[in-house]
Amino acid sequence: MTRILGISGSLRRDSHNTSLLRAAAEAAGPEVEFELYDGLKEIPPYDEDDDVHPRPASVARLNEAIAEADAVLFSTPEYNSSIPGQLKNAIDWISRPFATNVLRNKPVAVVGASTGGFGAVWAQAELRKVLTAVGARVLDLELPVPHAHTRFEDGGLTDEEIRARLAEAIEALADEARQREGLRAAV
Amino acid sequence: MNSTILTIAPAGTWSLDSVHSRVDFEVSYLAGTFKGHFNEIGAKLTVDGEHATLEGTTKVASVDVNEENLSAHLQGPDFFDAERYPELRFSAEDVRLDGDGQVSVDGELTIKGVTKPVTVTGTVTAPIADPYGNERIGLNLTTKIDRTDFGINWNNPLPSGEPSLANDVTILAELQFVKPGEES
Repeated sequence: MTRILGISGSLRRDSHNTSLLRAAAEAAGPEVEFELYDGLKEIPPYDEDDDVHPRPASVARLNEAIAEADAVLFSTPEYNSSIPGQLKNAIDWISRPFATNVLRNKPVAVVGASTGGFGAVWAQAELRKVLTAVGARVLDLELPVPHAHTRFEDGGLTDEEIRARLAEAIEALADEARQREGLRAAV
Repeated sequence: MNSTILTIAPAGTWSLDSVHSRVDFEVSYLAGTFKGHFNEIGAKLTVDGEHATLEGTTKVASVDVNEENLSAHLQGPDFFDAERYPELRFSAEDVRLDGDGQVSVDGELTIKGVTKPVTVTGTVTAPIADPYGNERIGLNLTTKIDRTDFGINWNNPLPSGEPSLANDVTILAELQFVKPGEES
């Protein structure tokens, strides 16, 4: 069983990006256990003075959730051509200590939805850049979902093409995680 | 020049004295040269009179650059990807130990799972008897590679737009090999 953690960069209750991750959970095969992280709003602003043991409970929880996952699927909206501050803030917490952070070598993939015509494509690129910088194993894929408000109904994905691409992304991520597990088992 | 091999390195299997050997790399970075080395190295030189073969490995996880975060970066997917490709490997079937102490080796270098032919040059010392009953030779080898040929593409542009890290990397191996002496 491959455990994938979904992290949405949007806090809004009816977020398209969170809906996209729910659709990903449904699209995942039976060999994937998908968990949706829901604590992003509780992460405090990063302050090195607060980065002591024990860490804030919300940060410790996210850290543990990532550590226990075999892979992470991020879905990000786009704010001013980049990723939401709160998502970046959470990654800044998780990235420390840098040399041994739980995202290091972790297979990750990025998808994204926006109500505009480009589907958060720049934010996805920015997020891949940040995740690469912290040492994650970032999959070379992108899944822009433009005009997101037209592709969901009551939170459910109605676009079959997006659903198929989402299933492919999940499968690629699970493949990468299984490959990594095989490598670690062989050592 | 195979006939000269015997005069430079007597036939047999020579094992590496890893304590007195080093594998370093040098690459232009920013305004200077960045240097690092690998702490865990292994090599074997086999001379059978007709030809000599050389095999060597270094553990990527042993990369030593004196800074924990940089070491982690070098071991990550941006650079060597130690988890997936734990070793660098060099092998050569045709080591020419010429009589004048010059060495030229056509071999294969494997970095990050990519194997490429490389020519390595350097020097070999005449064999000496060491105080511990061994015969001993020193091989100093160097080669220059383009790291992007091996899928190591990380860079960070300077404000001028130029890359901060060069693609050409010099690899230097200072190796001492030992073999039990005839009378031991």
